[in-house]
Amino acid sequence: MSISTLKYLGKRILIAIITLFVIVGILFLMLKLMPGTPFNDEKLSEIQKAQLYAKYGLDQPVIIQFFTYIKNMMAGDFGTSFGISRNQPVANLILPRIPISFGIGIAAVILGTIIGIVLGIYAAKHKNTAADTIATLFSVLGVSVPSFVVALLLLLIFGVQIPVFPVLFDTNNIILASILPVIALSFGVIANVGRFTRSEMINVLSSDYIALAEAKGLDTKLVIRKHAIRNALIPVITILGPILVNLMTGSMVLEQIFSIPGLGSLLVKGITVNDHNVVLAVSFLYSILYVGLMLIIDILYGIIDPRIRIAKGE
Amino acid sequence: MKILEIRDLHISFKTDNGKVRAIRGVNLDLNKGETIAIVGESGSGKSVTTKAIMGILAGNGVIEQGSINYTWEDDYSEEVGKIEGKTVDIVQLTKEELQRDIRGRKIAMVFQDPMTSLNPTMTIGMQVMEPMLYNYKMDKEHAYQKALELLELVGITNAKKRMKCYPHQLSGGMRQRIVIAIALSCDPYVLICDEPTTALDVTIQAKILELIKDIQKKKDLSVIYITHDLGVVAKVADYVNVMYAGKIVETGTIDEIFYDPQHPYTWGLLSAMPDLDTDDSILYTIPGSPPNLAKEVQGDVFAPRNKFALNIDYRLEPPMFDVEGSNTHKVASWLMHPNAPKIEMPKELKHKIAKMLDN
Amino acid sequence: MEFLENDFEFANIQDDINAEDILVINSGYKDFFKRLTKNKGAVVGGIFIIIITLFAIIAPMVSQFEFDIIDTSIQSTPPNSTHLFGTDVLGRDLFVRVWSGTQISLFVALTAVLIDICFGMVYGLISGYLGGKVDAIMQRIQEIISSIPSLVILTLLLVIMRASLFTIILALMLTGWIGMARITRAQVLKIKEEEFVLASRTLGASNMFIIFKNILPNIFGQLIIMSMFSIPNAIFYEAFLAFVGLGIPQPQASLGTLINDGFKTILITPYMVIIPVIVLATLMLSFNLLADGLRDAFDPTMKEA
Repeated sequence: MSISTLKYLGKRILIAIITLFVIVGILFLMLKLMPGTPFNDEKLSEIQKAQLYAKYGLDQPVIIQFFTYIKNMMAGDFGTSFGISRNQPVANLILPRIPISFGIGIAAVILGTIIGIVLGIYAAKHKNTAADTIATLFSVLGVSVPSFVVALLLLLIFGVQIPVFPVLFDTNNIILASILPVIALSFGVIANVGRFTRSEMINVLSSDYIALAEAKGLDTKLVIRKHAIRNALIPVITILGPILVNLMTGSMVLEQIFSIPGLGSLLVKGITVNDHNVVLAVSFLYSILYVGLMLIIDILYGIIDPRIRIAKGE
Repeated sequence: MKILEIRDLHISFKTDNGKVRAIRGVNLDLNKGETIAIVGESGSGKSVTTKAIMGILAGNGVIEQGSINYTWEDDYSEEVGKIEGKTVDIVQLTKEELQRDIRGRKIAMVFQDPMTSLNPTMTIGMQVMEPMLYNYKMDKEHAYQKALELLELVGITNAKKRMKCYPHQLSGGMRQRIVIAIALSCDPYVLICDEPTTALDVTIQAKILELIKDIQKKKDLSVIYITHDLGVVAKVADYVNVMYAGKIVETGTIDEIFYDPQHPYTWGLLSAMPDLDTDDSILYTIPGSPPNLAKEVQGDVFAPRNKFALNIDYRLEPPMFDVEGSNTHKVASWLMHPNAPKIEMPKELKHKIAKMLDN
Repeated sequence: MEFLENDFEFANIQDDINAEDILVINSGYKDFFKRLTKNKGAVVGGIFIIIITLFAIIAPMVSQFEFDIIDTSIQSTPPNSTHLFGTDVLGRDLFVRVWSGTQISLFVALTAVLIDICFGMVYGLISGYLGGKVDAIMQRIQEIISSIPSLVILTLLLVIMRASLFTIILALMLTGWIGMARITRAQVLKIKEEEFVLASRTLGASNMFIIFKNILPNIFGQLIIMSMFSIPNAIFYEAFLAFVGLGIPQPQASLGTLINDGFKTILITPYMVIIPVIVLATLMLSFNLLADGLRDAFDPTMKEA
């Protein structure tokens, strides 16, 4: 790896760390500002309050409080839930929900990306044919229609009209219960990836190096496989970022719709019953996830593309 | 021996603005070991002609009529058994046949812009080895050895290290050498160089031309140069074809074209060529610009830009006239007709040619 | 071959050869609209946007019902000739509620995007035009803000501020301006280096003159296209917020809150959710189609032949 690459990576990591600091700062500020936080909850007994004060060092200067807060967050101590279930550590509420949310999210990304890439390449190879037009229409639809609309329609059709899948999330049969949510979530991913892959592929196919590869006498299939696809797919990594954001927002609503016991529905429940510790903890988790994924995507892009577009970050 | 023979080639492109007749009856001959140059302004159809030879016309391009005959010298490649005789019309071949028999193995091409013609995500070594691996099913070690030799042949130092490099790590001149090495990797007989030096630094241009010349001698290649630069032509070509608006308007040996040009368009091109010791401060340019080929043209397309245009030029298309005393020099201009008034080439040009002859 | 008598005389036709025979390349607003109207998707999208907007404005005004009048005698009536879209669980007419909800959704989205443009444009202009240290600092700030998931910003902000029309617009604005700023800056950087700006600078043009006369007109098209893409996004986020319980408070309705309310009884009265969902989906799709068309019409070179 060259020095400029390392510099670029260093910058990305630094930004990620600063971002996390800012986020924690915001969360901390909210803790101080919001009514009904553990520190000024009127339901707390004096003894409990004293315990909390001691634990979080609230007699200390604000800066030290802030760092104690960070330390606790990092250690996975998100405080105690007061609304959803009394006196449960928030971590206990969160932990069992992580695999469900992540499982569905990851399944949707993988499914959506693979189908999207295949569709995109197919459409590019058959540019301006009926199949291409249909694929394009489908992708416009998929890009513009939010996943919860798809979810509602799927639920009405396959849950209510033709009851193939359970309407309520069935924890005894997670696979069956996850099918509709995964399809609904992956819909947008397919459309986004497919649309992007198509335009990248069309660009690559008209490039000089494809002409040269053809002029070498290579088989057309080989040219597409070895030269076109790789170059078309590298930029697809860049849109995984925005796609993941969509996915996170989408999953919050979807978990409501399918009553999936995941992080999103926990957050929504937290908002409705004013359980601030839960809200802050889930927000923190989402932020770490997001910042981390963005960083990984950036680094991945640098590794896969030998040119490494350093200029991109400038 | 004639290795490539193009007869009456017509190519058109379907566009939103109607049918563009880009090539309108081109004839071209290429003999073994010789170099021909196709010269003309941009848009005159030089590149289209060579793309047709390679069978890599853009999707909306159609060969309407004509033939491109390629003649095998001695070795039939095994796959070609079903092609009768030793000559094959490239126009009639299917895409698969073209790819299997002609492209790369018989006719290879060096593209204009080395910055964009290499795959950015594949190592140099792989790009050079690829045709050997897939076209000739050579094993990896042999291909590697041959790729090394090729890189050395095209003047790349430290070839072993360069094999592992990606294109962006090399300079433009180096990349063009790589492109040449790729073209040579399947031992072609004909090498088409499409403006091989236009995108390069002036200092490197000469070196690349030397290199191609050198390789041509070593491998006994036939070369087609496409260029708008008469300076390049002077350095490399045996025969010159001057192309205008999809037609060849003058053809001849290098001496005939440079010292005894007949077509007013060639006069223009030669006069427009800057040289160091031109004492006239005015550079001659050809007035106007190439015609819009989407329109049907009556007569000679060059007429509107020709200050010596005759009435007949607006009525009939001129045929190819033989220049007296030569069997290689031909000109498509009514001025060559015995009835036409005798026109002298412009004084400045005469002066220029005289000076060239002196040197 | 037959020759005419004057065939071999000089033609001496004074062709106007220097009037170059240029392919007519369409330019100007007229041609912009011509290209736009050629795009079927954009036309359909535009028509739907107009129809939906008209309904959103007119329907609540002319209807005999009010969006907030509760009539318990007609709770959850399916669509019929008096109540075209039926009534909700409180007996409110859904036709009026859907269209006034659309009105609010559109209002929220348009306002948010408008503020985005203003703020983002100013931010991008300053950052791009001044360059140097100012630019570097502004870029880092922008980068950090854009690294915080908007989902988190939106929910946290609304948790402390309580959802209302104003706070929802504010929340949308907080996350939306970054794209505008990015586009403006990129364009400014590009245009700043172009010949015509250099030319006017050498002629002694002031910064303000260059910004307003040279740079702004050139980035305006881009911004309009970007905002066309942002509007459906804002509509979506508004609906999203409603769905997580941070929507416009009752009795007012937006498409998001209608969908959220309807969802509670989806198994019994699916029409309550289906109708607003269809309006929302159509609206978002139409804006995207129009935006696509605008982009292609604005810059035909971006679209491959």
